[in-house]
Amino acid sequence: MTWGSPAEFFAMGGYGLYVWGAYAVCLAAMLIEPWLTRRQRRDALAAASRAEEDSR
Amino acid sequence: MNTLRWSTFAAPSRFYALVSAVNPWLWGLAIVLALAALYIGFFVAPVDATQGNSYRIIFIHVPAAWLSMVLYLAMAFWAAMGWMLNARMASMLARAIAPTGALFTFLALWTGSFWGKPTWGTWWVWDARLTSELILLFLYLGYIALVSSIDDVVRGDKAGAVLALVGAVNVPIIYFSVVWWNTLHQGATISATAAPKMAQTMLLAMLLMTLSFWAYAFAVVFTRAQALAVERERHTDWARSLAGKELQ
Repeated sequence: MTWGSPAEFFAMGGYGLYVWGAYAVCLAAMLIEPWLTRRQRRDALAAASRAEEDSR
Repeated sequence: MNTLRWSTFAAPSRFYALVSAVNPWLWGLAIVLALAALYIGFFVAPVDATQGNSYRIIFIHVPAAWLSMVLYLAMAFWAAMGWMLNARMASMLARAIAPTGALFTFLALWTGSFWGKPTWGTWWVWDARLTSELILLFLYLGYIALVSSIDDVVRGDKAGAVLALVGAVNVPIIYFSVVWWNTLHQGATISATAAPKMAQTMLLAMLLMTLSFWAYAFAVVFTRAQALAVERERHTDWARSLAGKELQ
């Protein structure tokens, strides 16, 4: 599949809005979710270390 | 740890350590497979005769839909294991799967909608497959709401398991909907018994992206399960000493 130019690639034969609208949301979700999950883990570890300090 | 048993990683502390060792590989796999899939999907696979370039949404739509179903079954399985075997890590794993499953269900619906608009002329139709996939999203959200609403985690796990198991009937309904009902959504292009009815390059990109999403799902679900394990076990020695080390 050869695209004539970057412009053609982004236009996706007229379907650009639909193709990139789908891919953009997918990418955003798959960047935000791991970030949120890592934050959840970090907060859990912070709570556990507070429990550690409280018990000393 | 000298012997490996089925129950070895039922211990939250060992599960946590296993995930830490395995996750970097899962992330690497997810990224490499996604890049390969995108390259083949956009620079090798040809234009479609009827749908032009709009069909390229397939490379994320089908993987998301497959994962939405597989993750639900996995969630129901682990919830059942946790309940039957009194294994709290299994129940935590079920809880960890739910948000990711819900996300993939949403992505299947969103990407499907963006594919439907140019090809069917509509963002939505109440056909059997779309409707049953929407119900899957409600089941995931219902599971999350239910388990979060019950203060006693063990009772929450059990209630969640009941909902997950009862809702599991929806997955074969989604799968067979295009056979049982007259649907706008197309029928299966891939089956276990017949040759696939799609071009090799398109199929390859789709399968590579499915594997990428799968690796991604493992990685993010495992991270969430680590978080849940530490939260639930925050008063134990392993969690407290781990927290001391990890937050240096």
